[in-house]
Amino acid sequence: MEKFTTLTGVAAPMPLVNIDTDMIIPKQFLKTIQRSGLGRNLFDEMRFDDDGNEIPDFVLNQPAYRNAQILVAGDNFGCGSSREHAPWALADFGIRVVISTSFADIFYNNCFKNGMLPIVLPQDQVDLLMEDASKGANARISVDLEAQTVTSSDGQEFHFQIDPFKKHCLLNGLDDIGLTLEKVSSIDSFESQASQARPWV
Amino acid sequence: MPKTLYDKIWDAHVVHEDADGTCLLYIDRHLVHEVTSPQAFEGLRMAGRKVRAPEKTIAVPDHNVPTTPDRENGIENEESRIQVDALDRNAREFGVNYYPVNDVRQGIVHIVGPEQGWTLPGMTVVCGDSHTATHGAFGALAHGIGTSEVEHVLATQTLIQQKSKNMKVEITGSLPPGVTAKDITLSVIGATGTAGGTGYVIEYCGQAIEELSMEGRMTVCNMAIEGGARAGLIAPDQKTFDYVQGRPHAPKGAQWDAALAWWKTLKSDPDAHWDKVVTLKGEDIAPVVTWGTSPEDVLPITGEVPDPASFSGGKVEAARRALEYMGLKPGQKLTDIEVDTVFIGSCTNGRIEDLRAAAAILKGQKIKAGLRAMVVPGSGLVRAQAEEEGLAQIFIDAGFEWRLAGCSMCLAMNPDQLSPGERCAATSNRNFEGRQGRGGRTHLMSPAMAAAAAITGRLTDIREMMAQPA
Repeated sequence: MEKFTTLTGVAAPMPLVNIDTDMIIPKQFLKTIQRSGLGRNLFDEMRFDDDGNEIPDFVLNQPAYRNAQILVAGDNFGCGSSREHAPWALADFGIRVVISTSFADIFYNNCFKNGMLPIVLPQDQVDLLMEDASKGANARISVDLEAQTVTSSDGQEFHFQIDPFKKHCLLNGLDDIGLTLEKVSSIDSFESQASQARPWV
Repeated sequence: MPKTLYDKIWDAHVVHEDADGTCLLYIDRHLVHEVTSPQAFEGLRMAGRKVRAPEKTIAVPDHNVPTTPDRENGIENEESRIQVDALDRNAREFGVNYYPVNDVRQGIVHIVGPEQGWTLPGMTVVCGDSHTATHGAFGALAHGIGTSEVEHVLATQTLIQQKSKNMKVEITGSLPPGVTAKDITLSVIGATGTAGGTGYVIEYCGQAIEELSMEGRMTVCNMAIEGGARAGLIAPDQKTFDYVQGRPHAPKGAQWDAALAWWKTLKSDPDAHWDKVVTLKGEDIAPVVTWGTSPEDVLPITGEVPDPASFSGGKVEAARRALEYMGLKPGQKLTDIEVDTVFIGSCTNGRIEDLRAAAAILKGQKIKAGLRAMVVPGSGLVRAQAEEEGLAQIFIDAGFEWRLAGCSMCLAMNPDQLSPGERCAATSNRNFEGRQGRGGRTHLMSPAMAAAAAITGRLTDIREMMAQPA
């Protein structure tokens, strides 16, 4: 997995609340058997009209935000399905950080498996960053995972919380399966105890 | 220390706990479908890994499969066919339990699991699908995971997890006539919002929950995810044990007795700690429908389309956008909204009891002329039972299409889709923009309410159709 340490980039504002995974990557693009290539269909039904032409008003179609690496979004981002295609599509487009007041549980966890950092901040701070993001391509937001800070274009610094294990894995690009397999003897002994206690499982 | 049901199941499955509270949790059942698994199996293959516990892994194609009778000739859509074929190849190569498309036991993964007795009280159950919460109806800790986690479970039979908080949702008293499990679960989301359960595992309890059948309990838990919760749970009781007993993969003989003894301990202690409590009175719950594009946009059928200005914060713009998308105006009576299509099915409401409830309304009736209506049973066995009970004929006589099992129009990955602007009364779980097809407009409701809408061609208060007491 790709490491995440620091990032400074253009942030796109998406103040809509409850942006769901069907919006992020509509179901017709879930038929792939690969992880890559979903960026072109990110937010497909908001980004393109019925004929496949860009909808100019949509934020990621505006010149300032075409290379955005950060999203500042409304409450409850990523609600809906478990599809990891949502973070795959965001990452493939080039977005590695999403900032919101809250995230849906499965989406939040899926981000960390893909070198992406979802950041939860209080409403007033998200409002300030939303305003900052609205200024366009010259307003760059910086994120430092080690220090757990987000810095606005005018230097205002906000501290965010993150689970230490998730932080460690993201900073070092660690693969969960490899880590868990180091504990395989614990799994073996759990299984043998459980097969005594609950043989019907 | 007193424990909740969630605490008890969690504690019984911790393989390892780090100093910071991160746990390795053992997974008893892993359900797999064709959409969220190909990349996971490919990951195993590339790393030279095996499925650690193929006997605890169950695969079934459901999202992409056509529901028309010609599907036995193969799947026309190339991408769908590739995905279903990939599951077939992966299931056989890795040796997991498998119900192929043309097996009579095939169906929606969350209906097949309980039906075959794979889902049992006290288990941990995961699937690369958010509606895995369904299995919580058995007192199993069940939740959706992403594809990376699917690969993790395939390789290790465990998940790296942080414990959620405990939330109790109590529904006191009994439900009035015409009010169903679907109305409970939508009303809870209406009360708490789609992020109200974020960070929690919900236990549903109270008289109205106890009075529900297992099918109804599955409907309630199914939509826990729509309230933002990691999982929904209901303590197992005699109804649970009766449902499970005799199913193909349920324990038998001495093992049944041992299992039952443990299952009977699976309830929250009376003085357990709850981080959040929500209480609704059963008698206050009405038949409800959704008007917007989020499951929290729910109102009693007697209501009117709300004014976006009546909301606050980001919800004002979300409601304005929703009304525009849905083609509705503030103040419009919900019962004046006309529908083009009726969809009865999904992991929320595709079980036999749901079909019985809809058929009871449709018996001897015809759907409104010009309306499109379909019933998609949740599994081949549900379909067979409905045919045996004469329900299929009631649907067909009323003008419904009688389909084969699958997810179908709930998420429109197969050919069953809405056209732009087409309005649907649906028994499924999500009314998101584009969910049932680009530009499609979804109103969520119970099977009986969907059946009523099929007859009148508009959203309808089911209570008006029920026999009046003499």
